[in-house]
Amino acid sequence: MKIAVFVKQIPDPSGAGALDPATHRLKRAGVEVVLDPGDAYGVEAGLQLADSTGGEVVAISMGGERAVDVIRKAMAMGAGSGLHLCDERLAGADALTTARVLAAGVAHTGAEMVVACTESTDGYTGVVPAAVAELLGWPSLTFAKQLELNGRTARIQRQTPAGHDLVEAELPCVVTVTGGINEPRYPTLKGIMGSKAKPLETLDLAALGLDPGRAEEEIGHQRVVAVEAAPQRQAGRVVEDDGSAAQLIADYLAELKVI
Amino acid sequence: MAKIWVFAEMVGDQVSQISLEILTGARELGGELEAVVLDPQARSATAVLGEYGATTIYLGSDSQYRDHVAQPHATAVAALISAYHPDLLLFGATYEGRDICGRLSAQLGLTVVANVTALNHSDDGFTAASSIFGATQNVTTLVQGPTPCILVRPKSFTAQSSGGGAPRVVEVALPPGSPLGARRIESVVAPVSGPKLEDARVVVSGGRGLQEPANFHLVEEVAELLHGAVGASRAVVDAGWVAYSRQVGQTGKTVKPDVYLACGISGAMQHTVGMKGAAHIVAINKDRDAPIFKLSDLGIVGDALKVLPALSAELRARGVT
Repeated sequence: MKIAVFVKQIPDPSGAGALDPATHRLKRAGVEVVLDPGDAYGVEAGLQLADSTGGEVVAISMGGERAVDVIRKAMAMGAGSGLHLCDERLAGADALTTARVLAAGVAHTGAEMVVACTESTDGYTGVVPAAVAELLGWPSLTFAKQLELNGRTARIQRQTPAGHDLVEAELPCVVTVTGGINEPRYPTLKGIMGSKAKPLETLDLAALGLDPGRAEEEIGHQRVVAVEAAPQRQAGRVVEDDGSAAQLIADYLAELKVI
Repeated sequence: MAKIWVFAEMVGDQVSQISLEILTGARELGGELEAVVLDPQARSATAVLGEYGATTIYLGSDSQYRDHVAQPHATAVAALISAYHPDLLLFGATYEGRDICGRLSAQLGLTVVANVTALNHSDDGFTAASSIFGATQNVTTLVQGPTPCILVRPKSFTAQSSGGGAPRVVEVALPPGSPLGARRIESVVAPVSGPKLEDARVVVSGGRGLQEPANFHLVEEVAELLHGAVGASRAVVDAGWVAYSRQVGQTGKTVKPDVYLACGISGAMQHTVGMKGAAHIVAINKDRDAPIFKLSDLGIVGDALKVLPALSAELRARGVT
């Protein structure tokens, strides 16, 4: 069985993000980029399923030239091949267009299952995997904090506000995993060396059979019209703990009538 | 007049808090406010939805809405949109809201803006404000095209009744042959002690600075003494120390308590998005340059592993139990 995992190259989340003042798009040039930390859980979950079913993992990423780096990283972790979905007309793509491109990519690979993280760390709309499932006509198992596959039935513990639901669906399906579902492996040196020889295909909109005019129109249905600095909190006093910190905090809580 | 729809969710036989918040916020946009509610217990929601300003309710009470996740809901809403053409559709940024909205967007080619905290309109259409980069910048997005969808973050509006009367109810059937998708086999409620994270007056959260999972009880102890809820940063949730349901931040919950006590949390943007609305913030961190101190009213440069037990002892000494 072929399992597709989605990977995204994002600006280092520990750095300060910035928008291009002209386009209002995320500045990517000159910014350190990394594999989205959430994606590592999806890649790991995909690899574990592939290991237990004798399947293989294909890492799919939509993005500019540098998206290749995160595909290679997934391959260094163990994915057998990569698919890079790249087209300059996708700059600033919204969730819907992203889903259309990813769904077409999945169809191209012949994968029977997609594993993704619940949302990207940079854009964090969290709607792309469900949209991909809809476009493929597949069920989706989302917000999984546990995942198992029994034959052709995938079952998850789906996070809920009160606890979790047991949810299941037959393959093919899309699964999204939350952070903490597993412990993502680190690429080994052998994996890193080996990843360079693994097959990586690149497709643009035309090769995916998608209409660039439609993509442009749909992307245009939302437009950033203003960016402003948000009102910030004033920093208060900062005190070195000399052994009296607990008293200071308790005094403050008393002042606020919490105790 | 613009027709604005709210996808209302239920918890048991009650309308969810976030749906009431969104109805309250949507009233300010003017226009005709209507709600869609798809739940076996939907009927018990109509009066409250009316009180919060909805004049028409599109109601489906098929049991499939309980037994399946997102897919029948998306199909039913798509059919309603094709019949009534609302100008805007608002969802809560919840597990269900995001899944249904994602599927709906793909079905009908609708644009989606997520993480929205304020709504407005201009001459060109509706605008949605969201904050990015850990809520250091506010972005206003204009939405156009067929029925734009917006996912609104919890606590963006304060729920207030409009004193509206009984709404008109339009019963809707699940379109025959709708794909049902993933099956919900069982719902498990995790036992929680103390107040809910989202509603607590005091939240005590722990992060990496606690060094190992075994130390997390120090946070729980202070939370219990303060009758507060326990929260956590993404780092320790990802590391498996505490349940995902405890996570405060962009990916997790948004909290607005009176007092937020951040222990061993550096204040990454991922986290601050979910807690910067607290009325008062106390932070304990070893690193004097930690960004959390830019938000805190009282910052302690110190080791949470020492300060927390001392704080528990101090609270007990003051008669707090």
